[in-house]
Amino acid sequence: MQGNCVIGEAAIRAGCRFYAGYPITPQNELTEYMAEHLRKTDGGVFIQSESEIAAINMIAGASAAGARSMTSSSSPGISLKQEGISSMAACELPGVIVNMMRGGPGLGNIRPSQGDYFQATRGGGHGDYRTIVLAPATGQELADLTMDAFDLADKYRTPVMILADGMMGQMMEPVVFRKPKPRQYPECYVLKGAGNGKSKFIRGLILDAIEMEEHNWKLARKYNLISQKETRCEIHEAKDAEMVIVAYGTAARVAKGAIRRLRSMGLKVGLFRPISLWPFPTRELRELSEHIKHFIVFEMSTGQMLDDVRLALQGFANIDFFGRPGGVVPTPAELSNVVSRRYPQKDAYVDRFLRFKVVEGPFGP
Amino acid sequence: MKKIFGRPRSLKPTPTHYCPGCGHSIVHRLVAEVIDEMDMRGTSIGVPPAGCAVLAYFYFDIDMIEAPHGRGPALATGVKRVLPNHLVFSYQGDGDLAAIGTAESFHAANRGENITIIFINNAVYGMTGGQMAPTTILGQKTTTSPPGRTPLLDGYPVQMSEILAQLRGAAYIERCTVNSPPAVMKTKRAIRKAFQYQMDKRGFSMVEVLSPCPTNWKMSAVDACKWIDEVMTKEFPLGVLKDIGAKEAGKEKKS
Amino acid sequence: MNVKTIFSGFGGQGVLMMGYSLAHGAMMHGFHVTYLPAYGAEMRGGTANCTISLGDEEIASPIASEPDYLVVMNAPSLYTFQNRLAKGGILFLNASIIEARPTRKDITFYAVPCAEMAEEVGNPRAANVVMMGAFLQKTGIIRPEIYLKSLETIMGSKKKTMPESNRKAFDAGFRFLESVNGGTGR
Repeated sequence: MQGNCVIGEAAIRAGCRFYAGYPITPQNELTEYMAEHLRKTDGGVFIQSESEIAAINMIAGASAAGARSMTSSSSPGISLKQEGISSMAACELPGVIVNMMRGGPGLGNIRPSQGDYFQATRGGGHGDYRTIVLAPATGQELADLTMDAFDLADKYRTPVMILADGMMGQMMEPVVFRKPKPRQYPECYVLKGAGNGKSKFIRGLILDAIEMEEHNWKLARKYNLISQKETRCEIHEAKDAEMVIVAYGTAARVAKGAIRRLRSMGLKVGLFRPISLWPFPTRELRELSEHIKHFIVFEMSTGQMLDDVRLALQGFANIDFFGRPGGVVPTPAELSNVVSRRYPQKDAYVDRFLRFKVVEGPFGP
Repeated sequence: MKKIFGRPRSLKPTPTHYCPGCGHSIVHRLVAEVIDEMDMRGTSIGVPPAGCAVLAYFYFDIDMIEAPHGRGPALATGVKRVLPNHLVFSYQGDGDLAAIGTAESFHAANRGENITIIFINNAVYGMTGGQMAPTTILGQKTTTSPPGRTPLLDGYPVQMSEILAQLRGAAYIERCTVNSPPAVMKTKRAIRKAFQYQMDKRGFSMVEVLSPCPTNWKMSAVDACKWIDEVMTKEFPLGVLKDIGAKEAGKEKKS
Repeated sequence: MNVKTIFSGFGGQGVLMMGYSLAHGAMMHGFHVTYLPAYGAEMRGGTANCTISLGDEEIASPIASEPDYLVVMNAPSLYTFQNRLAKGGILFLNASIIEARPTRKDITFYAVPCAEMAEEVGNPRAANVVMMGAFLQKTGIIRPEIYLKSLETIMGSKKKTMPESNRKAFDAGFRFLESVNGGTGR
């Protein structure tokens, strides 16, 4: 099944009953899948909205009314949705947002890219909030993480983002759909009319500063809990590694291919793959740095996750970087060439340091 | 003794923050009265906007969810599609509905979304301090049109009811005001009809209310009411702009 | 085993279909497999290509740095991809419209006039299926029966005669290369 369709099917199986979206390449297959299949489910609602902004607000409304809801888009569309994502975070409304990243900034292009890492992991919209961000790297993970995203969104009453890219969306891989967990979402959060009882309201506007501060701290405690409990990562071939590539999503697939090549050349290279980008698996990466001192961050951007890796390692290891932004997907051969050139050798530190500077510079190499 | 007048059940016993002479509190009350009369307090969901009415959830004793600026119709759409038998209305000002949320209101109407918009038109941005709104009258002085609104620089007042009435999804659209007791009663009837259309699943409905804003118009409350009659209604004529029910009834009579 | 194949040609030649049917067949065989189409903004014309990775173990990268097999259906694809082909790799080319031949000496190639052959069996639109027959004859990645079953599944049952005419086209390609030895570049 194609990646986009895998997400759609997993969402429907997970009980998603409301989807609103607006066409944008490369994620149209998901919208089309929902148009065809969600409407066939009991109570399933599909709306092609007039804009990305309307779509996110529709799912906010549906979520408040108690439906598991989802929207999807690609980079420029996600920028438009930020208002609604911020609002959902403030109102503590669950919802799943899929971003099939493409080249940027601006309209960019429709090729796969990883340039939205900052936007996704730093909240994205205005205000003091975070969204949980999951980055699948295989077809199977697209299915599993989509289901998990709905559970996490309900558990923490917060928007959750699936961050993949055009390649993940277009690629086909065999997938086995697991049985979804039954939904656990307290009725008391659902808006369904006051009945004979007390009325309730959902709001993000809190004019009183002290009250707003309390709300901010409440959210912060929640985010703190999430960052302690919900980090996920995959560590691959790192036991005997001299050097570890840090990459997520499509880049991690390229890295795995490169590692196979490098290992056959006798270079001991492993992979650290964050699956949750926020919360970033800081602890796990730090533990790895106890016996591995050379890391190379590989992204399809000019270096965004690099910041999180630096924060995690804080000078405990050497951090190198290789990036291809703009919609270029490097081949495993290209990456393995880069890695082999920077593979740790005695007395090569200064050289590597200089090269690191160049790659990192504001105008690139 | 029989109680003949009291606070509607759907309003909370709270003083509002609205300025003296403001139309919001009147419209709040009318909406609440209609909800009570239709016995729908338990199955109503309101969507207050950004703007003066943002705190409406403190005043209405029904379930409410706040919408970001202009997105009321989109949010209401989400709620209504999940709860199709509930009464869902969005309450919006002129900036909210006719500027930042034009797309959302236009397309909700075009989809024939079974929701009602209560549209408060007071020709200014009230909460932010009286800036020019899309509905500001030509020549009207506001903080962002100090010499008065000129078409050359600022364009023309937008007549949203007329625009939305052209869409096939719109079932009922009426423009009313609340500047006199008969006008208030007429507005209430319009709201009642709009809600009834919604419950009968006939499509999109909207009641536009020309509402006084003495504070930002820099007038007394009485003068503000007069200004509606003398100036505003010339630009925004009162009356029913769309009523698919009347149309159907008219056809029946002819045949 | 871990094998990567790139199919490339004009949009409309059924290039993505070739890749998809191979991927489906490989899945039915029990291989791990990924199908990665290159997508463009245009709906018709232009170039189309896709990469199929399959093997006994989990597919590390769905992208092929050096594909083991290459199927080119038009001349631009030959020029674009022939240098990517791994040393010792096999190249299949659509001899009906490609006059040029590969220049590399470290690969094997087969020229299949698949359009003419498709016409011979009375199914001019099945040039891609003829090519798949030739491809599976020499690569032997999956058994022809599995492939044909997959092709039938994918195509659905628009016409009852469809599976039969596809089978004929496939057989034509399969037999064509039975006793042919591959050439190398000059």
